[in-house]
Amino acid sequence: MLVTTLKKESLKQDIQPSNGLTMKTPGFQHDPDLMIRINDVNFYYGETQALKNINMILPEKKITSFIGPSGCGKSTLLRCLNRMNDLVEGTRMEGDILIGGMNTNDPALDVSELRKNIGMVFQKFNPFPKTIFENIAYGPRIHGMKDKKKLTEIVEKSLKSVALWDEVKDRLNSTALALSGGQQQRLCIARAIAVEPEVLLMDEPCSALDPIATTRIEELMVELKEHYTIVIVTHNMQQAARVADLTGFLLLGELVEFGPTEKLFTNPSVPKTEDYITGRFG
Amino acid sequence: MIVNILKKTWRRGDLCIWLTGAGLALSLILTTALLVAIVVNAMGSFWPGEIQIFNLNDGSKVLGNQMNREIIPRYGAQDERQKTFRVQIKKGNRDIYNSDFVWIDENKIKTVRFPEEVVAVARREWGFFFGYIKEVLDGDQVIARGTQESLKVVQSLLPKVIANNKKIEKIEKKEIGAINYKLERVRLKLKKLNLKGISEGAVVDDLNQKIPGLKMKYNDLEKKLLGLRNSQNTKLTLQTVEGREKTLPLAQVLDIYDPNSFSLLDKLGYFFKSINDFLWDDPREANTEGGVFPAIFGTAFMVMIMSVLATPLGVLAAFYLREYARQGTMVSIVRIAVNNLAGVPAIVFGVFGVGFFIYFIGGTIDQLFFPEALPTPTFGTGGILWASLTMALLTVPVVIVSTEEGLAAVPKGTREASLALGATKFETSWRVVLPAVMPSILTGLILAMARAAGEVAPLMITGVVKLAPSLPVDGLWPFIHLERKFMHLGFHIYDVGFQSPNVDAARPMVFATTLLLILMVIFLNMAAIYLRNRLRKQLSASAV
Repeated sequence: MLVTTLKKESLKQDIQPSNGLTMKTPGFQHDPDLMIRINDVNFYYGETQALKNINMILPEKKITSFIGPSGCGKSTLLRCLNRMNDLVEGTRMEGDILIGGMNTNDPALDVSELRKNIGMVFQKFNPFPKTIFENIAYGPRIHGMKDKKKLTEIVEKSLKSVALWDEVKDRLNSTALALSGGQQQRLCIARAIAVEPEVLLMDEPCSALDPIATTRIEELMVELKEHYTIVIVTHNMQQAARVADLTGFLLLGELVEFGPTEKLFTNPSVPKTEDYITGRFG
Repeated sequence: MIVNILKKTWRRGDLCIWLTGAGLALSLILTTALLVAIVVNAMGSFWPGEIQIFNLNDGSKVLGNQMNREIIPRYGAQDERQKTFRVQIKKGNRDIYNSDFVWIDENKIKTVRFPEEVVAVARREWGFFFGYIKEVLDGDQVIARGTQESLKVVQSLLPKVIANNKKIEKIEKKEIGAINYKLERVRLKLKKLNLKGISEGAVVDDLNQKIPGLKMKYNDLEKKLLGLRNSQNTKLTLQTVEGREKTLPLAQVLDIYDPNSFSLLDKLGYFFKSINDFLWDDPREANTEGGVFPAIFGTAFMVMIMSVLATPLGVLAAFYLREYARQGTMVSIVRIAVNNLAGVPAIVFGVFGVGFFIYFIGGTIDQLFFPEALPTPTFGTGGILWASLTMALLTVPVVIVSTEEGLAAVPKGTREASLALGATKFETSWRVVLPAVMPSILTGLILAMARAAGEVAPLMITGVVKLAPSLPVDGLWPFIHLERKFMHLGFHIYDVGFQSPNVDAARPMVFATTLLLILMVIFLNMAAIYLRNRLRKQLSASAV
């Protein structure tokens, strides 16, 4: 379970993000322990401000997508959630991101514990140069699992949940790099869920894939949202429209509009959103 | 018109293509020529040469095999018919003629023929004997007469004699050597105790009691040795082509054969036997004869120790530079320095090795741990450990550079994937990045080994010797003697080829050793390349 580093009281406050989505918005569950709250987040690459005053609530067990033109900060925002931006030198974040009781911006936070709970799938599929089995078993192993039988179970379960088991069960001990692009990306998803996270971050997971592989990944996302809170960054607006329950539109580091996907795509309340989704710019 | 064609040719770059092709061809030809020259010369030295008799105009005779033929340089001789040649003949019998080789002008040779009844005797001392056997004596009793009969008798006796010699050698080198080693250790222990102020007591008595036992064993062995030596009293009376006689104890004979009656099969047999002896025997006669086994062993062992030392050091340094250090001016400077270090002349490393490793570290070790042996240095003198360390320093930049290149080639995504799973940076480096750069590390190691095996200059001053009395690994505690001096193929080539008093006799050894060194480097490289390719296959995709 998630480690509580913040007083529950402060979480129970009814935060009202600027976009109008509240805990009372119909259709969303409201367990404050499980949702992701982004409060007044500013982010800087050196002197450049990449995110300006972001406030949002991402509900649990739903797919939230971030869309926007290149450089709008959507990937940066995603990477704030599991502190991957720490790897870039000279970055600085202000504000709080509360995920199930953890404040990710807490300097005392155990980043590796945080990342164990927040899996990530990258734009370019990046399996380790190891066997398929070792790729999946890697996460559980570094978190201390040594029991070979349990590892085998986890590998099977994870591969089954990404519908890759039948394709690779006979060659678990051959290199993962020999798989096709789509298979490799599903393997990466399986690898991420093998450590049983609660949130799954996906940074343009289909941009390097062909349409058929893309469809499979999208189907998979919809299946996975039963168990995981999924946040996806995408360039592809049709994809956001197809899979996401909520969509946030970012422009030049600002969250322009955030709401249920259907509403955002059919009846946006901000003209800039409409301009973007109708292809007038971006 | 022509100008146009030339212009076109120039623009198309035909000339450039020709030049590049010519450059490659030239390099290939040079390399091939070098290899062919070495292989031919080396292999030729194992092939049994036929023995000829050269009857000279002045009535004298020379017996031997022809090694070389060359034009006698003479000014003004342009006409083909005026050219004269001379031949080099290996006549052996150094103890009788003072030299093995002679040059004879061809116009002084009347006739040449192949005698049927002639023998070549390989001896423990003085090199080959070419000539006839007059008789074989057992004590004072003649047991065979004439070359042919004697040859048969000797060849039947020889295996026993050689076995006996091996026994003697084993007692001399191994058993007596071991007793001497033990006695020396007891002496040093006593001296050490003495230095501490302990000159009596149970420990000292214990040690003192060991001495008589060891001395008794020593005496026993000496008696046994004497017995073995006296059991051999067969002698040969040899006769040179001029009729001079020479008595040779059979114990001195290594091999005896009549090359002129050899069939091709016999020749092949001799060829492979010579190669075998060359690989596994100890050197004889100031390294100009015998084998090079100690040098092979020394080279391989030194390269192994070097690899064990240089690889981890280089990998760690590369990881720090690429993974942990903040990339900036400082790291760039360090990187340039490391690259330049690979180009520092080897002798500079040798001098550093002598000054730092041998005199400073070795000297300190001696004072702290081996004061009883002083003033004889233990580690404070050249040895295989110091030579390997010096070589490790010399080759570590190579490992660093190639590991760094490998690290740079590991995609950022691979590291991120591991970190995103909650792995720490160390876990990522250890479990994902290190396995991924393994092929690059091996590439570095291959280059390092190739360089270390071929380098001679720094070794000459850090522990290589012309003739090492014992190998750095033997059956005596502590089995691996890193302080010992050792032999090295590269140095062997230099020593035999250029420091030998008998250059002509040593020439085959030079080529054979050179070939061996090349083969050894190729073998080490092949092994590492095979390993690397297997790793690569495991790591990377066969089809994407």
